[in-house]
Amino acid sequence: MDDPLPENRPLRILIADDSDSDRLILKTLLRRLGHKVEDAENGLEAVNIFRKSAPDIVLLDALMPVMDGMEAARQIKVLAGEQLVPLIFLTSLSDAGALARCLEAGGDDFLTKPYNRIIIEAKINAFNRMRLMHRTLSHHRDLIRERNSKLLEEQEIAKRVFDNVAHTGCLDAPNIRFHASPMSIFNGDVLFACPRPAGGMQILIGDFTGHGLPAAIGAMPVAEIFYGMTSKGFSGSDVLREINQKLGRILPTGMFCCAAMIQADFHLNQLQIWNGGLPDGVLLRKDGMRETVVSRHLPLGVVGNARFDAGMEVFHTEPGDTLLMMTDGVMEAENRQGEMYGEQRLIRSLDEMSRQESPFETIMSGIRTFTGNQPEQDDLTLITLRMAEDAELAGISDRLPQSALEGPAEWRCVYEVQDRTLGQFSPLPLLLHICMEVPGLRRKSGEIYTLLAELYSNALEHGVLGLCSDWKATPDGFGHYYAERERRLADVAGHFIRFTLTHTMTGQGGRLAIVCEDSGSGFDFSRTRLEAGDERRYSGRGLLLIQKIGRSLNYREHGTKAEIVYDWYFSEVAGREGSTTQQPGGWS
Amino acid sequence: MPIHTHRSYDGQTLTIKIEGRFDFSTHQAFRDAYEHGDENVDSFIVDLSNTTYLDSSALGMLLLLRDYAGGDRARIRIENCNSDVRRILSISNFEQLFAIR
Repeated sequence: MDDPLPENRPLRILIADDSDSDRLILKTLLRRLGHKVEDAENGLEAVNIFRKSAPDIVLLDALMPVMDGMEAARQIKVLAGEQLVPLIFLTSLSDAGALARCLEAGGDDFLTKPYNRIIIEAKINAFNRMRLMHRTLSHHRDLIRERNSKLLEEQEIAKRVFDNVAHTGCLDAPNIRFHASPMSIFNGDVLFACPRPAGGMQILIGDFTGHGLPAAIGAMPVAEIFYGMTSKGFSGSDVLREINQKLGRILPTGMFCCAAMIQADFHLNQLQIWNGGLPDGVLLRKDGMRETVVSRHLPLGVVGNARFDAGMEVFHTEPGDTLLMMTDGVMEAENRQGEMYGEQRLIRSLDEMSRQESPFETIMSGIRTFTGNQPEQDDLTLITLRMAEDAELAGISDRLPQSALEGPAEWRCVYEVQDRTLGQFSPLPLLLHICMEVPGLRRKSGEIYTLLAELYSNALEHGVLGLCSDWKATPDGFGHYYAERERRLADVAGHFIRFTLTHTMTGQGGRLAIVCEDSGSGFDFSRTRLEAGDERRYSGRGLLLIQKIGRSLNYREHGTKAEIVYDWYFSEVAGREGSTTQQPGGWS
Repeated sequence: MPIHTHRSYDGQTLTIKIEGRFDFSTHQAFRDAYEHGDENVDSFIVDLSNTTYLDSSALGMLLLLRDYAGGDRARIRIENCNSDVRRILSISNFEQLFAIR
């Protein structure tokens, strides 16, 4: 705490006494002790002086004209408010009742006449010590009050920041019920849910060791990573690995996060669950059977990623099955006698649950009944996820956090590889990298790479190098083909291969148009293409791959210009629907 | 993109493991891997656990192996493909020609 308030100045003392001689004696005595003295002839005058100059200590004669000492004491105490102003009665009274009345009126002590110099000095000093102590305490109390209110204000702001990072995601989906202590900040629990771009959702429930600010600070990057990666289409395992690595780096040893990741696919009716250190989850089957989802993994932030196992367990489900996950606050909820709720009671309440009841209500009311009117124990998080029909959740993925759409959406890029570079350098990683800047395309990197790679090798081998696929008809021809490829690559002066990529957004996703042109004399793509019936030919598969992955493929200008249109969708469901209504890509 | 081969104890199964990219640049090494083998070999495993990418020319090479190993009588298993590789194999309907695990 702060330094004690320094006070070296002489005391200011007010004396009120109607006897001129008594007053003079006392005044002289106190001045000689080094104090500054003001005096009054009666109570009213004393109150007025007190109001004006706020002395440190007041000596009051009990019996005075106009206003007696008792009334003056009351008024002075009111004026002093929170300040401790010692009030000492001067009296020749000796009956106990009168002395008691002096103290009831607000007096702190008496001095009996005639005055004794030593007693007066001792009492003044004692009361001054008390006065200073009181002042120091009040000062410290004010400081604490002020700092506490500042801290609360800061926490309020921190909570708003956290809420923005950890927004509720899709926790309000119709198939989710949850109880989380007030947005879970500052107590160590986290609960996030986010729709996946390909449909379904991902949920993270976690419990940091420790409470308060350190746990909340750990929760921030977890929220950021969870929502960021989930909305970009990363799997639960990928997100777990990222969070584990991050927490491993930022959390002090001994602090970690027990957590469960749930990846729900309502279309395939499948749950993938990873439980690292949370109490057993329960999968309640519609037919009443139950399965436990045990913790098989270390909590997040304990071991490095080399030893970290992010493998998720797969559960096949049916609509109506419900998953229940919780933090250990549920097991540790205490009743008045200090007993814990515990697993037995949880299992029992599930045993006794009727078909109509929801598991969420059953357990919450079980806990409430058990804990009685205890103040809410604040680190208790519970969530149930019901496997729903796809249709019930339509629109959930539209509420993907904005970041899913961030990144370049409308762009065009031309990249041309020329001359010797054709033989020495692959433009594919660079082009792929540009495409991966579009978050929605990241999930499709394999397909995009295949498209780019097949276009490039066709343009290079058949266009620029003029190689003929027919050579690949025999094993030896295959070898010949690639030997010739190598030989001709040495002389590609004046040649180029040019990629033009154009990306635009569509309502349900985006469209990537890839045009690949080359400086060759063209090639007969119809001969290179694989016809039905010759699936076992050694060559010609590249065009088939392109055709099946892209939506359409066209060759123009004698085969020197290939055009592909590749559509992607925010949700796989939209993609599937799209492909049934649209004609598959064809040849023109 | 190194290619490793491994013979089973009875000498009848040859495992060919391809690391990294399986594309045109691999063709000679891939051919060498099975062509200069022992005549006792009667089945092949192509282990793609460390294969990051597979292109259309690799598909052709797999067919070369298939014909070398007896065409429709060939016993070839393709194992441990990642999802990208797996998708390419399935787009090309290679399940009909190979046992893919």
